[in-house]
Amino acid sequence: MNWLKPSWQAVLAIVLCLIAVALGAMSKPEAAALADPAASFNYPYIGTKGLMFGLVALAALISMTRIPLLAEAVVLFVGAHLVAWLLISGISGFEGTALASYFLLLTAAWLLGWRCVAVLSGLRPMASWTRTALRLIIPAIFGAWILIIWEAVTRGAGIPFILLPPPSAIGARIASSLPVLGADVRQTIFKAVIFGYVVGSGAGFITAILADRVPFLRRGLLPIGNMVSALPIIGVAPIMVMWFGFDWQSKAAVVIIMTFFPMLVNTVAGLAASGHMERDLMRTYASGYWQTLLKLRLPAAAPFIFNALKINSTLALIGAIVAEFFGTPVVGMGFRISTEVGRMNIDMVWAEIAVAALAGSVFYGVVALVERAVTFWHPSVRGG
Amino acid sequence: MTGTSPAVVSASKLGLTFQTNDGPVQALSNVDLTIGKREFVSFIGPSGCGKTTLLRVIADLEKPTSGTISVNGMTPEQAREKRAYGYVFQAAALFPWRTIERNVGLPLEIMGLSKAEQAQRIKRTLDLVNLSGFEKKYPWQLSGGMQQRASIARALAFDADLLLMDEPFGALDEIVRDHLNEQLLELWGSTNKTICFVTHSIPEAVYLSTRIVVMSPRPGRVSDVIESTLPKERPLDIRETPEFLAIAARVRDGLRAGHSYDD
Amino acid sequence: MDSFRDKLVPVTSILAGVVVLWYVFAVILNTPFQRDLDRRAGETPALSEFIGKTLSQPKPTLPAPHQVAVNFFENTFLRSVTSNRSLVYNAWVTLSSTLLGFAFGTALGIIIAVGIVHVATLDRSLMPWIIASQTIPILAVAPMIIVVLAAIGITGLIPKAMISTYLSFFPVTVGMVKGLRSPEIMHLDLMHTYNASASQTFWKLRVPASVPFLFTSMKVAVAASLVGAIVGELPTGAVAGIGAKLLAGAYYSQSIDIWSALVAGSVVAALLVMVVGIAGRIVDRAMGGRPA
Repeated sequence: MNWLKPSWQAVLAIVLCLIAVALGAMSKPEAAALADPAASFNYPYIGTKGLMFGLVALAALISMTRIPLLAEAVVLFVGAHLVAWLLISGISGFEGTALASYFLLLTAAWLLGWRCVAVLSGLRPMASWTRTALRLIIPAIFGAWILIIWEAVTRGAGIPFILLPPPSAIGARIASSLPVLGADVRQTIFKAVIFGYVVGSGAGFITAILADRVPFLRRGLLPIGNMVSALPIIGVAPIMVMWFGFDWQSKAAVVIIMTFFPMLVNTVAGLAASGHMERDLMRTYASGYWQTLLKLRLPAAAPFIFNALKINSTLALIGAIVAEFFGTPVVGMGFRISTEVGRMNIDMVWAEIAVAALAGSVFYGVVALVERAVTFWHPSVRGG
Repeated sequence: MTGTSPAVVSASKLGLTFQTNDGPVQALSNVDLTIGKREFVSFIGPSGCGKTTLLRVIADLEKPTSGTISVNGMTPEQAREKRAYGYVFQAAALFPWRTIERNVGLPLEIMGLSKAEQAQRIKRTLDLVNLSGFEKKYPWQLSGGMQQRASIARALAFDADLLLMDEPFGALDEIVRDHLNEQLLELWGSTNKTICFVTHSIPEAVYLSTRIVVMSPRPGRVSDVIESTLPKERPLDIRETPEFLAIAARVRDGLRAGHSYDD
Repeated sequence: MDSFRDKLVPVTSILAGVVVLWYVFAVILNTPFQRDLDRRAGETPALSEFIGKTLSQPKPTLPAPHQVAVNFFENTFLRSVTSNRSLVYNAWVTLSSTLLGFAFGTALGIIIAVGIVHVATLDRSLMPWIIASQTIPILAVAPMIIVVLAAIGITGLIPKAMISTYLSFFPVTVGMVKGLRSPEIMHLDLMHTYNASASQTFWKLRVPASVPFLFTSMKVAVAASLVGAIVGELPTGAVAGIGAKLLAGAYYSQSIDIWSALVAGSVVAALLVMVVGIAGRIVDRAMGGRPA
């Protein structure tokens, strides 16, 4: 048995396949066709059923032989995703008719996918570009499987559209309503979020410098700032809407208030982060306050400031979207979410959420990239 | 020897008391000291004897609570504002976001020198500490010894006559330390600097200094001053000569005498 | 104690400054409407009388601090706690879903963190998504969860608690992963020399090391949980809760009600964070931590 190295995922996948075969029909139409061989029914997986079981079994078996790890991962990857694709494409037209074997087969394919990720996680490649690639591929496979299971389960079990639309429907909805989504993004992000983020973070920063110059102010503001960051500041949204009207200005005001305190607290902490020795050094140069600030304390505070900028990128988006729940002109991401929820257009809501998630990630990613460029010297960035 | 040249540092009845939570601590008491031009003076003593505090008083990083002190004939504060001295800390304290050359150029930027002048001085001082070729490196890409050399270059860059060094090689291993000691002597010989050097290593103090100030704790005070009779040219193996060992023995005696064993 | 006194004077004087500024702005912001009123009534009040009036409007643009205080006091202490208008009642509604969601979120966060620390596959595949998900405005999902669950007959506490769970498990997961990984290599090597099993290392080294991280992230989580519960009350026109009070106040322009609901929310948040902080300190002391 030297050529065999069993893995529980592959063994379980084969077991599940066998159970599924024993259970017989994968969908209700197929069960009906089996019960009445005389009548001619059209049912899913007429031609592909054997292929799918064969693929799972084959991939599972090959993966357990002593082949190079990379080859094993490739076999598992191809097997798992081919089966998943066949499963999902086969069920179309027969939504909601899936029986137990359908889900067993899905689970078997998912186990192969898991095994694939486990094998990839075990790889310790030498070259740095392969390490980077692995760092991307592994979570990508994981994310893909969330979508696959979501799609297969919602379609197979026929989950009502308003409860949870399949990802493909959400994708189609995004593609078909790009202009609306674009207008919402323009209203919420390019007007409210960016303006509020810049002004709020800037004000927090300037206040922190001010607090730094005036110790009395710092001692007072820091505890207050720390406490305020725990409060549900989002609640000022209705007040801002009353003051500044329905348009983006009121949302920007909410964003300003929400982003102000994290920046204040982090910058004050960052300005205290430079070492005693470095500050003494600047003193021996008879360096003035502003020179010390520019050349020593601000660079040393940069990691803290970027931390605040990253926190704020998420807070700004949340602030603007939630503030729109309290009233907007007829455009904006929060407005779209709350009205489409009311109309039970859940796929549109998901589309808007997907766009918001994308926007949030891009926003965060840009800040993180700038951070890497600016604080390249920090141990957390240079890696050791 | 001290009488022949004008005093660079001169302290009389100098005292410094810190107010701590456990009551006042006398870090320095009744220190009288004159350091002449081109001297290499080491301060040695157990921890808590006030040797670093004394150096910080000279550098205007601490204010004395009694007595008087002058640096180049001025108060320490005036001397600091005139950038009369370079200071080297226990750690390199290089800014990690600046390259070596920009670190060395930091004091020059603060003094507002022209770009050309800066470049020329950076080149000269990096040559002096044998760091040419590392201008574009970041501090974390260098070894500990090289970092400390860069920090010495930074202290030399603005050409002050006085160099204050606070256990600059304390964190380095013996071999690197020997090497840097040699280089420091060479540097001192080739420039006209006065050096105040805090250490807790007897061989280091004897090897480097023209004069060794032995200090003792509680309260921090000068307990002995030993003039070195070693020649100016000092190869590393001078440390095996009887003359060297005799001075080292005197320093050790001074330390023992000043140390109270009642605690 | 010294540091406390150091802070007390600056904090109170800044807060006093805020109150004074608040009054000034209340007068300024409420002036246009008051002037309008007086013009219609044909009155020309003296300045002091005019200022008094700006500070006692029923629906002011910016209510004066004392108006909010009176409203808050009345609705907190003078009303029976079962009344729909009682802030205690509304705060309790929000608090109960906050706590439920927080408890689930913390438990979930800890379980996921343990999984991530011990299963390499999860670490490589799930952790990037956990971190990425922090960049996503999750709160935007809140109304959908509420409405969709209502459509299949689940209403009340559970949907709100789900949002709170969702918001609070992220910080706990991230904090606990950091905490469970915080033991130094030297300590791990020490356990290795004892030939300790994974579970022994876990219980005797990783768990104690992670406790400070747990409480720090729980403070963040409980605040997020409260925000989740409040926002969860917005989309459906919930009948009770701090979020419902905010929404009703916005709908009827009852600015004083909005402000006192905000104050109530802040009080609840401060109390929650304080309770978690005290619990953390008690656990820390029980584990022999040095009093900071």
